[in-house]
Amino acid sequence: MNPVSGPRGRVPTRPKLAVWKFASCDGCQLSLLDCEDELLQLSAAVTIASFTEMSSAVIDGPFDLSLVEGSITTADDAARILEIRANSAALVTIGACATAGGIQGLRNFAADGSYTSTVYAHPEYISSLATSTPIAAHVPVDFELHGCPIDRRQLLEVITAYLARRAPVISNHSVCEECKARDTVCVLVALGTPCLGPVTRSGCGALCPSVNRGCFGCFGPSEAANTPSLAAELRRGGSSSTDLVRLFRSFNAGAPAFASESTAHDTRV
Amino acid sequence: MTHGSKDADRVVSVEGLARVEGEGSLHVRVADGVVTEVALSIFEPPRFFEALLAGRSYLEGPDITSRICGICPVAYQLSACAAIEDAYGVTLDNRVAALRRLLYCGEWIQSHALHVYLLHAPDFLGCADAVELAERDRTAVERGLRLKKVGNLIMEVVGGRAVHPVNVKIGGFYRAPSRSEIGALAEPVRRARDDALATVEWVAGFPFPDVTGDYHLVALRPERGYPIESGRVVSSRGLDVTPREFDSLAVETQVAHSTALQARIDGEAYLTGPLARYALNGDRLPEIAREAARSAGLGAVCTNPFQSIVVRAVELVFACDEALGLIADYDPPPAARSAVVPRRATGYGVTEAPRGVLLHRFELDEHGSIVSARIVPPTSQNQLTIEDDLRRVVEAGLELSDDELTRRCEQAVRNHDPCISCAAHFLDLSVEHS
Repeated sequence: MNPVSGPRGRVPTRPKLAVWKFASCDGCQLSLLDCEDELLQLSAAVTIASFTEMSSAVIDGPFDLSLVEGSITTADDAARILEIRANSAALVTIGACATAGGIQGLRNFAADGSYTSTVYAHPEYISSLATSTPIAAHVPVDFELHGCPIDRRQLLEVITAYLARRAPVISNHSVCEECKARDTVCVLVALGTPCLGPVTRSGCGALCPSVNRGCFGCFGPSEAANTPSLAAELRRGGSSSTDLVRLFRSFNAGAPAFASESTAHDTRV
Repeated sequence: MTHGSKDADRVVSVEGLARVEGEGSLHVRVADGVVTEVALSIFEPPRFFEALLAGRSYLEGPDITSRICGICPVAYQLSACAAIEDAYGVTLDNRVAALRRLLYCGEWIQSHALHVYLLHAPDFLGCADAVELAERDRTAVERGLRLKKVGNLIMEVVGGRAVHPVNVKIGGFYRAPSRSEIGALAEPVRRARDDALATVEWVAGFPFPDVTGDYHLVALRPERGYPIESGRVVSSRGLDVTPREFDSLAVETQVAHSTALQARIDGEAYLTGPLARYALNGDRLPEIAREAARSAGLGAVCTNPFQSIVVRAVELVFACDEALGLIADYDPPPAARSAVVPRRATGYGVTEAPRGVLLHRFELDEHGSIVSARIVPPTSQNQLTIEDDLRRVVEAGLELSDDELTRRCEQAVRNHDPCISCAAHFLDLSVEHS
């Protein structure tokens, strides 16, 4: 399945970086191209050995660092990730699809088969698994970078850390701390706006509260997220079961803390 | 990768077309100098967006549909807003509408700069990618990256984030930026407009194969200005309809070789995107963009698909110029959004994504829940025309070596900036001669 359009003609003496895509929107790998000020510098420090969105040149593995975007939704992809893992010294997953199954993971909560027939007149043409699963459910993963999309500064930190053979410095605290750091008034306490900030991993810079909006959990659950306590608080503020299911069941629906919380309020179960 | 000879059972094949957004494959068969079979196959794993939208809140429509595509999330957000606001009868404050248009200009600049410099230009200059291109012409690649960065900057200031903005809300925005926040964009965007003019000059000098298509061109046409976020749907063959009528006209069918549906109008292929917008709305371009087009040698209509890169560069000039005007005129709206009252209704929204017309239809209920959704991305609509182009390119290029023909086919696909993640990322190309 490796796309090959001829050798690049450069001798790969630098570390080899590969970027792989599974079921996803391309937004997380685009974050690498969005490092406009660092892209040419980065491409001088590494050999970009496989990055289909950016280059038609492909250099065979093994790879020093593989960045993997997307979730596993087909049998072919479940086989492909095994090959990539076997060919990669380090494998880092990037984004909500790769780390938690993504928005397409909502199918994991639906009745079997009901999704395909909604979109396609001939569901028999489609070979798709009934589930969307994170990469770590299939192969060992060295580091998970969260976000929908990931933050490009965090991505640069992860790449730099792997090149320097040190651990990435990525915080695990909640969005609340980012709000405090930027002096944003708490939308939950001051405005009564439902907000996942107390249970969501930081990394975005608390973007939503800064535009008077509640956090909707793009970066997934923070460490030791107390989701039942937040849900109880939101209920006191008037959120219904439907509201709570929707809130916990979006881009990181498959992350364990969010999955169990949404299921706890799903009255269909 | 190519193999075979120019003799009878010549086979040319490429596994994996790079520098497109998404995964698919392509197969062309030639018998006695005539192309007998062309299939653009899309293998992108389906993600079933229409299904997962059902039962969600109307407020989640823009955020969920933006996850269809990381390259044009604003297109998805604003088509969703247009459809849902149509259903609920919401009218936007002019100042809010202007802010939406500015946000969309940011996405055009980001996406066009990405496509022109990082995805498409390497084809014309015989490079594998922009990194190799930078080894030869670092000034050009740096210019492209600067342009792209300014597009992202506009999206960050107006939308809160470049990929999947957070500030768009049904009825307007969560928060309207201050005058000084928007004003700070003027200087970078003015420099970007100069970079866009230099881009037109740069790409105008590329070598273009002599191929023209007899296209049915389809684009939006608003009451005023060049089309971005609204308008009637018009075409080079006299179509002039509302978004609602367009929803009935654009008929999609499913084929076994693709996870993307293929759209037709009256049973025929059509083309949306820069070539269509330019042909149908060239009179609406500001003088600075028209002058750039003239200097680049473009006529009123361009039907050489390889020159789409020039049209895209002209649209970069337009988008920067338009953004500058919107920044200069920015007047913070007193309310960031209009009131929205849910009701049982169906709404239609069509906007111009960087790569073409994007239709959304939402059926909603009085509680604000999404009952059903239909999403018709530009690449589904352009898929058949891309296959037609490949037929033309192969038939006009039979004298080329296998390698050259293969490269030209890949380039022909990239001419239309297909977003396969949208349509349903592997393009396996194989050309068979028998």
